[in-house]
Formats: sequence, structure tokens, C-alpha cells
Amino acid sequence: MTEFIVVTSGKGGVGKTTTSASIAVGLARRGKKVAVIDFDIGLRNLDLIMGCERRVVYDFVNVIHGECTLKQALIKDKRIDTLHVLAASQTRDKDALTKEGVEKVLHELRDDGFDYVICDSPAGIERGAFLAMYFADRAVVVVNPEVSSVRDSDRILGLLASKTRRAELGAAPVETHLLLTRYNPLRVAEGEMMSIDDVKDILGLDVLGVVPESEGVLSASNSGVPVILDDEASAGQAYEDAVARLLGEQRPMRFLDAPKKGFFARMFGG
Amino acid sequence: MGIFDFLRARNNRSATVARERLRIIVAQERSQRGAPDYLPLLRRELLEVIRKYVNVDQDAVDIHVDRDGEHDVLELSVALPEKAATSANVA
Repeated sequence: MTEFIVVTSGKGGVGKTTTSASIAVGLARRGKKVAVIDFDIGLRNLDLIMGCERRVVYDFVNVIHGECTLKQALIKDKRIDTLHVLAASQTRDKDALTKEGVEKVLHELRDDGFDYVICDSPAGIERGAFLAMYFADRAVVVVNPEVSSVRDSDRILGLLASKTRRAELGAAPVETHLLLTRYNPLRVAEGEMMSIDDVKDILGLDVLGVVPESEGVLSASNSGVPVILDDEASAGQAYEDAVARLLGEQRPMRFLDAPKKGFFARMFGG
Repeated sequence: MGIFDFLRARNNRSATVARERLRIIVAQERSQRGAPDYLPLLRRELLEVIRKYVNVDQDAVDIHVDRDGEHDVLELSVALPEKAATSANVA
């Protein structure tokens, strides 16, 4: 049984690709056969985050147009055997993705025995974003504790409930999860950033994970190693927890508390 | 937080403001979700017609679609200016 998971957000720059890469790695290193697909046609980036940018020969649109086989286009990860990347095309043709083409590729992955297909959505609500979510069984909605991101996420939740195949068929709705990223516990404690409970209340959805703002994320993308592989980084550990919860494990939330301040800082501010 | 922070107003933290603004806008946008696309245009044209007769505010016309069992009900409410003192309700 193949599960299609879309990673989406509406707003750009909230951490969709970072999340897609880490979830894909997290699932694959538990032995699952995983493909992660970049739906951001024209702005390929997942390959960089995954560290396979120099091995892209064929892309998603090449497969759809029949210019190569799916097998030729899938890039096998060098770290984990069961992990595969399908890069976005860099064409400027907005209509390069078609519903039939995407469906064909997803079905082929299903027939090849993939356990999970992670669809990394582009920002916005245009065709790429629509097609990334259309066939989804589950959705991870990435949200920053910030007004425009929360509002856009709610818009995406509305689209997931109405514009997906599950919605059109009247099947069970897409199972949706919130993933909070760039969470800064110190600013939350100071009342300058919305808390996990605030976001939960506003969107009325449970939270799959909270990824703290962490230096590890930038150094991971700098070096092309998904942050989940960095055991030292709090963000990496938070993603590992999120993947466990995605698979149904119960894990307490970590990294929600601000670091304790010293005596002088508490007395005189800092 | 230092000892002098107690002198500062504590209620108007920006996160609280963000939360309240989002509560309102998200509720409003959810109520419009799934409503027919022509509603904004309908609202604008109605406003133009009403303004031929009464000088109402830009936001005087309020339209939404409610589900009532099997039926969709288009609810239209027009707030007339103070002098008229009543609001006309057409359902």
C-alpha cells in the first residue's frame, strides 16, 4: 500500500523543502521505500537540499513527456538505499505538469512497491501546488508562528478539503497534520511569538511536530545533508520525532521551553 | 525579563495581538469558503443600486450563504444610515 504525502504551506520560505527532505530520509532510514518529488517546476531546489544536484540527468517533466523512463529519472540516494529523488524540471513552461501525467508517475511508483511518496509542493496555490496535493492521502502543512503563514495555511486546509481527489470522490478526507517550524521558545516566552497552542487553536488542528529555529538547518542546507541526519541539531531531533509520530508513535514534544536565564539576566533583563 | 519590566504594560504583547487578529480573519474567511464565486460582484452591484437611492457606506451590504438542511439560503443584510434608523433585511 503506497501512501502519498504532500508537504505544503501556501506561503513560501516556511520550510517545505527542508521538511520534505527530512521526512523522506526519516521514513527511508526506517527501511521504508521512499520517493520524494519536487513539484516546484521552474525552481528546482529539492536536489540541493538532498545533496544530489550534480546527479540530475532527467527530471519529472521528462518522465511525463515520455523522454525517459521513471527509473532513469529517479536519483538513488547515496546514504540510504531505499530513498529516491525525482527532481523538478527547470522549464519555464507553467503547463508542463498535467493531472494525467502526475497520476501516471504516481501510479508507476505505487506499482513499483514504494511505501511512501513525498510530494514537495511549491508555494502559492497555482497548478504545481494544486497537483502536489491533488492525489494526497495525507498532508503535512508547514506553518511558521507568524500571521501571514497561519492565514495561508488555513487557506490550504480549505483547498485540501475541497480540491483533492479524495474530496471530489467523496472518499475519506485527506489526513492533515500541522508542522510548526522556525519556532523560537524564547520569543514565545516573551510574548513576541505565537505559541504552539495559539496556532493549534486558530487552525483547529493537532500538531505533528515543532521544529525549533536552529542553526543546524542552514548548515544542513549548505552541505546538502537533510537536517534530520544531524543528530546534534535540535531541528534534526524534532524532525525525527515528527516522523515517528507520522508512523503512529507517541512522543512528547521537545524544545518548547526557553533556555533558563542566569540570575543577573533575570534581575536586570537581557 | 528584569525587575523594571513590571512597570511595562503586559497585556499588549504582540503575540496576543496576532492571535486575536488571526482568530477574526480566519473565522471570516472560513465562513466564505465554498460560497459561490459571484458573491463579491453581486455585493458590489447591489451596493451601486442601493447607492442610487440611499447614501450608504461601502461596507453597508453584507452577504452570505448559509446551509439550511437541503437548501442554500442567500442572506442579505443592508445597514441604512443612522437617519433611517432601521436596517432592511431581505432573505
